[in-house]
Amino acid sequence: MLLLRLILLNAFRHRLRAVLTIVGVAVALTAFGLLRTVLDAWHAGVEASSANRLVTRNAVSLTQPLPFAYKGRIRQVTGVDIVAAGGWFGGIYLDEKNFFPNFVVEADDFFKLYPELIVSSEEQKAFLSDRKAAIIGRKLAERFHWRIGDTVTLRGTIYPGQWPMTIRAIYKGARPDTDETVLYFHYGYLDETMKKRAPTRAGQAGFFMIGIRDATRAAEISKDIDALFRNSQAETLTETERAFQLGFVAMSEAILLAITAVSYVVIAIILAVAANTMAMSARERLGEFAVLKTLGFGAPALAGMLLAESLLLALAGTALAMAVLPPLAKGFAVGLAQYFPIFFVSPTTIMLQAAFGLAVGVLAAAVPAWRVSAVRIADAFRRIG
Amino acid sequence: MDRPLIEISHLSKSYRRGDQVIPVLSDITFDIAAGEFLALIGPSGSGKSTLLNCIAGIDSLDAGSITVAGTDIATLSESELAVWRSRHVGFIFQFYNLIPVLTALENVELPLLLTSLSAAARRDHALAALAAVGLSDRTDHKPNQLSGGQQQRVAIARAIVTDPDIIVADEPTGDLDRVSAADVMALLRRLNADLGKTIVMVTHDHKAAEAAHLVRELDKGELRVAP
Ligand SMILES: Nc1ncnc2c1ncn2[C@@H]1O[C@H](COP(=O)(O)OP(=O)(O)OP(=O)(O)O)[C@@H](O)[C@H]1O
Ligand SMILES: [Mg+2]
Repeated sequence: MLLLRLILLNAFRHRLRAVLTIVGVAVALTAFGLLRTVLDAWHAGVEASSANRLVTRNAVSLTQPLPFAYKGRIRQVTGVDIVAAGGWFGGIYLDEKNFFPNFVVEADDFFKLYPELIVSSEEQKAFLSDRKAAIIGRKLAERFHWRIGDTVTLRGTIYPGQWPMTIRAIYKGARPDTDETVLYFHYGYLDETMKKRAPTRAGQAGFFMIGIRDATRAAEISKDIDALFRNSQAETLTETERAFQLGFVAMSEAILLAITAVSYVVIAIILAVAANTMAMSARERLGEFAVLKTLGFGAPALAGMLLAESLLLALAGTALAMAVLPPLAKGFAVGLAQYFPIFFVSPTTIMLQAAFGLAVGVLAAAVPAWRVSAVRIADAFRRIG
Repeated sequence: MDRPLIEISHLSKSYRRGDQVIPVLSDITFDIAAGEFLALIGPSGSGKSTLLNCIAGIDSLDAGSITVAGTDIATLSESELAVWRSRHVGFIFQFYNLIPVLTALENVELPLLLTSLSAAARRDHALAALAAVGLSDRTDHKPNQLSGGQQQRVAIARAIVTDPDIIVADEPTGDLDRVSAADVMALLRRLNADLGKTIVMVTHDHKAAEAAHLVRELDKGELRVAP
């Protein structure tokens, strides 16, 4: 087809410029996709949280513990189904740089609360029946090549000493955004050991995870729980798990905002680059457009040709970006696993890439297309001689 | 058939530069019969190109009318004019104005994209037009692989491929050596004599003007039949 050939040949008339524009669009959209994936990873904890779960913590700060005895009183609040004590253990495996999240939990109730952690029933049984057992996520197991039966010793930072434990179970996430890099072990192991080593620090919990039957009553139940402990030694703050996670995220709100802004600036820059390419290309060929117009090609035909060229370059770059991003993100996921346990390219990001690629193609052609279709033949010939 | 193909009556045109008005053509009236080969001569800046562009429907008039085969082209809108040009006028330029990325054959085929011909028919027409200008052996050459004379012959093939009534040529030999110029003029004369094309040509070249039936001279915005 002659017209398509003409469009193709014109788009690549300056091969270097065309290739640089395509690569520019590809790099920009890849950067945009990566930044968005970082934002998604940041928010993943929030997305993964269930509206049926509440978290009760010390009202003063996350680092202050609560008396374990609160558990029984929380259970009696109407609407509360399950309560499991838990805490941030903060253990280190050999070296700080091996960081991964590790918590103590009351395992029985914990499994009921977190059905998205998938474990075989034998492994679950093995874990529950061994006081010094740990359960780890699939990705964590891969990272350190740990297998069932291996003994792992964590060095306590909050709870001093060496903490040997045996891996009895490995869980998989039910959803792609389930964190598979965590180590959980028994609250009982920690508490009994602390009773011997530092009795004043026994009988405490970092937080309580609470399952409720009716998610719509979350606010009410939270208020009832906090009312129980008002004016006590340790006042509580109860919120949905989602809000609890958002609390972490909100701390870095400014950083998130900056990343978001940069991701759009990248798009704006590439739009300017692509628009410049199209403007140069149209200006150089003004005489040819005048010839086509003389032959009888109308303004819409000329504008259409320029638009098609622009789309060709922009969409080639977009396709490249869409092909490169997922494997690149996978690479990042491995490298950044300790910071972003959940790092995958969401369908929304891919759709946004396509949409911005298309928009860049259309907008870059807008001004030159208008200029070319408005050109007056006699004037154009006078200019080119 | 008695009516002339092109009737130009009281044509005036001036250009404005700032608040200065430069009259270029003033009250020009003349006819061009079907099958005529007319050469327009005159000093540089006398308005030859302007007049030719008006006749060909690529420039607008200030006053007067140009009627071609019964249609007053001064009243057509820009898009109507584009369609009219594609059906009735073939263009030949001083600098050939071929599309550099396309082959000779594709350049000739280009105007046929605006017709309803099939791809195969377009190719056949374009091959026939290239044969008519003696370039059947250069169909796959790009413009930069052709001599100036050959490029101008490709441009002539492009001008005749739609079988227009009128061929307009602005200094078609202006950029050519003597031998190529003679070839191009012989070709135009053949188009006029054998195919009956009406040709309006602007030229500086007296040799070229000799090929025409009729020579008109523009001077200071007025037109007269040259001796
Ligand atoms: N767009 C324009 N704006 C202002 N003046 C113009 C414009 N176009 C043409 N002119 C003037 O109109 C006059 C006639 O121009 P035209 O190109 O028709 O001359 P010409 O006879 O073809 O000259 P040449 O032999 O050098 O090609 C010139 O004086 C030119 O400067
Ligand atoms: Mg001229």
